[in-house]
Amino acid sequence: MTEKAYAAGIQSGRLPQTDYAANFTDLHPALDAHEAAVAADRCYFCHDAPCMTACPSDIDVPLFIRQIATGTPEAAAKTIFEQNILGGMCARVCPTETLCEEVCVREVAEGKPVEIGRLQRYATDTLMARGVHPFTRAKATGKRVAVVGAGPAGLSCAHRLAMKGHDVVTYDARPKPGGLNEYGIASYKAPEGFAQAEVDWLMKVGGITVENGKALGRDITLDGLKGDFDAVFLGLGLGGVNALSLEGEDKDGIADAVDFIADLRQASDLSALPIGRDVVVIGGGMTAVDAAVQAKLLGALNVTLVYRRGRDRMNASVFEQDLAASKGVRIVTHAVPVAVKGNGAVREVVFDYVDEAMQPTGAQLTLPADQVFRAIGQTLVGDGLPDLEGRKIAVTGAGRTSIAGVWAGGDCAAGGDDLTVTAVAEGRDAAEDIHTALSR
Amino acid sequence: MANLASDFVGIKSPNPFWLASAPPSDKEYNVRRAFEAGWGGVVWKTLGEEGPPVVNVNGPRYGAIFGADRRLLGLNNIELITDRPLQQNLREIKAVKRDYPDRAVVVSLMVPCEEHAWKAILPVVEETGADGIELNFGCPHGMSERGMGAAVGQVPEYIEMVTRWCKQNTRMPVIVKLTPNITDIRQPALAAQNGGADAVSLINTINSITSVNLDLFAPEPTIDGKGAHGGYCGPAVKPIALNMVAEIARNPETAALPISGIGGVTTWRDAAEFMALGAGNVQVCTAAMTYGFKVVQEMISGLSQWMDEKGLDSTSQITRRAVPNCSDWQHLNLNYIAKAKISQDDCIKCGRCYAACEDTSHQAIAMSEDRTFTVKDEECVACNLCVNVCPVEGCITMEPMAAGTTDPRTGKPVEPEYANWTTHPNNPGRVDAAE
Ligand SMILES: Cc1cc2nc3c(=O)[nH]c(=O)nc-3n(C[C@H](O)[C@H](O)[C@H](O)COP(=O)(O)OP(=O)(O)OC[C@H]3O[C@@H](n4cnc5c(N)ncnc54)[C@H](O)[C@@H]3O)c2cc1C
Ligand SMILES: Cc1cc2nc3c(=O)[nH]c(=O)nc-3n(C[C@H](O)[C@H](O)[C@H](O)COP(=O)(O)O)c2cc1C
Ligand code: SF4
Repeated sequence: MTEKAYAAGIQSGRLPQTDYAANFTDLHPALDAHEAAVAADRCYFCHDAPCMTACPSDIDVPLFIRQIATGTPEAAAKTIFEQNILGGMCARVCPTETLCEEVCVREVAEGKPVEIGRLQRYATDTLMARGVHPFTRAKATGKRVAVVGAGPAGLSCAHRLAMKGHDVVTYDARPKPGGLNEYGIASYKAPEGFAQAEVDWLMKVGGITVENGKALGRDITLDGLKGDFDAVFLGLGLGGVNALSLEGEDKDGIADAVDFIADLRQASDLSALPIGRDVVVIGGGMTAVDAAVQAKLLGALNVTLVYRRGRDRMNASVFEQDLAASKGVRIVTHAVPVAVKGNGAVREVVFDYVDEAMQPTGAQLTLPADQVFRAIGQTLVGDGLPDLEGRKIAVTGAGRTSIAGVWAGGDCAAGGDDLTVTAVAEGRDAAEDIHTALSR
Repeated sequence: MANLASDFVGIKSPNPFWLASAPPSDKEYNVRRAFEAGWGGVVWKTLGEEGPPVVNVNGPRYGAIFGADRRLLGLNNIELITDRPLQQNLREIKAVKRDYPDRAVVVSLMVPCEEHAWKAILPVVEETGADGIELNFGCPHGMSERGMGAAVGQVPEYIEMVTRWCKQNTRMPVIVKLTPNITDIRQPALAAQNGGADAVSLINTINSITSVNLDLFAPEPTIDGKGAHGGYCGPAVKPIALNMVAEIARNPETAALPISGIGGVTTWRDAAEFMALGAGNVQVCTAAMTYGFKVVQEMISGLSQWMDEKGLDSTSQITRRAVPNCSDWQHLNLNYIAKAKISQDDCIKCGRCYAACEDTSHQAIAMSEDRTFTVKDEECVACNLCVNVCPVEGCITMEPMAAGTTDPRTGKPVEPEYANWTTHPNNPGRVDAAE
């Protein structure tokens, strides 16, 4: 315990130095060879396996697990990477409990699925540890493709295009490539600089030039790219954040959860990162849970996650909710913020309890708060983009937009869940479609 | 990725994995799907002579032995040869071979032990464009009661005679499939060779009864209260099959006879082991029947990865690689001395090694109050039992002793020279080294 443990306000160094490392280690530690063999042995090699269908990137799960079981994790990794070049990151961040493992026949029958995510990590870690890249490029085609946004969608698209022999330039507004893998995913899901290591490994395929610090709309334009390249892929993600539209929302101490997480991900010394004593997170998705849990792990005394509907409507999975609870996060449901109080800086937030129809019940909740994180959704930002469907870029087929020669995928494109794995699959599919178009 | 292309007695296939003659290769529908899944070749389900086909039982024809988690380890069957009309099979074989010219299509045959029967079927098979024939001298049930299958395979003279008839009446390569239900596998192999066989394949299934129903007092599978012995296959038979393959490969008289290895091949590793002991390729039945055709993909990727790691660029380089090291007991080095060693870091303190050694071996493991298990080098004979019963792979290892050190069990120094039983002083029939 440090003297700052109970101090009010936003403070750094709330925990003893050693606690930071312990708090932010791997959420799901790697399997060793024996554990992997035992876990792999449980797979039934199902026909037309449900897990394979549930995987947004269509990884042949039974095959890769059998390859682990028969002592060739490297071959298993190839099976994974053929579908999903960021299979290493997906093994760490996929909500498997709502994807492959949810439909595993052993989950359905016994409530104990084959540990697909951890086995995937075992295989991909084994191959990546060798430092070699499993794919070689096809003969150079002389075609050039611009990829805007080097997140999972853009990286996956760039890699597949490079494999096909095209030359790719990735542009990203941020200083580092990786997108939310680098700036968004909870630290304890991908510790030890895995995101950058994975990007470096992916780049070994060759043929990809990385341009960071280049923003579309600021340094480059879509028209310019269309002129300079044979095709353009947009993997912009969701750069904006929804506001609460509350009076007092501009008070000090109120911030976007994604910015807090990005700062945390980039911090070289977590003990220097300030955190409130009483933290309130507003939202019910993965971002809200990640912000709440990481606030707690940084030493916040009271962390409350407040969601406007019931638990069953939360985007965060039951597993994520339980994780939050296990770290000491209090989850409040059916409550909508109505006022932020405080003199300059936030001091408390007032909520109306609402019913299923979102109507005020008359009851209220006031939570002390010296720090509030907004996590009620991200939005697409940008001008001169292709036509939208709702608030995202409209696409048909494998990511074709309303503008000829321009494809889009990942969070910025309509359709599909906002997940790393979905972004990877969409980037890959768009690359295949671009390749077909360029081969004509 | 290593090149898995295979050439077995002139029959080419993209990989050395063939489906054995059995239900997986029973009809065009299956074989096409098998080829789509990646199988290098098939041996078509055994054909019989023209006329009304055999009939199968209409009750259960399989029984099984399971391991933990209901893993199928051994399968027993009482199925006969194909029960579909000859002409239909021939039409289908022709269509499949036409559409998959790069895959091996071998036709398994079993007709009565009379020359005219063989003379009649060979030309119609040849006409399909098939790559070769396999003589089923192995089926141990039903057909053998009619003087075919294992009834032929158990009499070397018959094997030689029928093989010769076939060689004289067809240009196709002739593979002779052997039954393991015999005392010395080298005899039928030699007979096949003498008859002119291009290769032998083995093993067919082993006579077996998998279990007895203790309410009905009848063997299982039970058909209307009665059961019959069947043929055993699957992972459980692999050690028996491996030895038989090695016996033929090691025999100087048959060392040049190509072998197609069959019996429990379930993973790429099993295939590599069969090939290292002398097989030119492998055939698979139970693994496909347990996991479906897709299982071949793991065999392909695994064998290819292993070949890359070993720097082998052709499957022919695997064949016979372990044969020179497959010896007889009398030639094993008696001066080689090892001791078991338990890794305390890996030990989970279950005590199975202790129970095994204390109760049934050499009382060479000590157990302390706090459940620490250590090997007593002065008692350990390096039998390997503790290694085999330990649930943690790699926890107990066999550490060879360096020459010149003293074996605490015998008090004698470890001799650097190789010396086997043939020269051992305790051997009454020893041959003394020339002075
Ligand atoms: C906090 C948080 C936690 C998450 N946790 C998980 C999780 O555990 N598991 C999971 O599966 N998913 C998770 N997600 C969702 C997942 O991160 C996204 O679905 C995924 O990253 C989308 O990939 P993308 O490539 O479409 O976009 P992004 O990863 O957002 O990448 C977009 C890239 O485009 C760049 N860019 C944006 N605008 C421009 C421009 N104008 N010019 C140039 N470059 C630009 C950005 O800098 C960024 O690098 C989480 C999301 C958040 C916010
Ligand atoms: C149901 C069944 C039917 C079989 N029928 C034949 C057959 O018609 N002809 C034949 O040569 N072998 C037949 N076999 C034997 C297999 O071809 C093979 O030799 C044996 O199953 C061992 O291989 P495995 O362990 O991979 O199954 C049959 C095996 C099974 C299980
Ligand atoms: S596998 Fe089952 S369903 Fe199919 S034929 Fe046999 S007994 Fe009938």
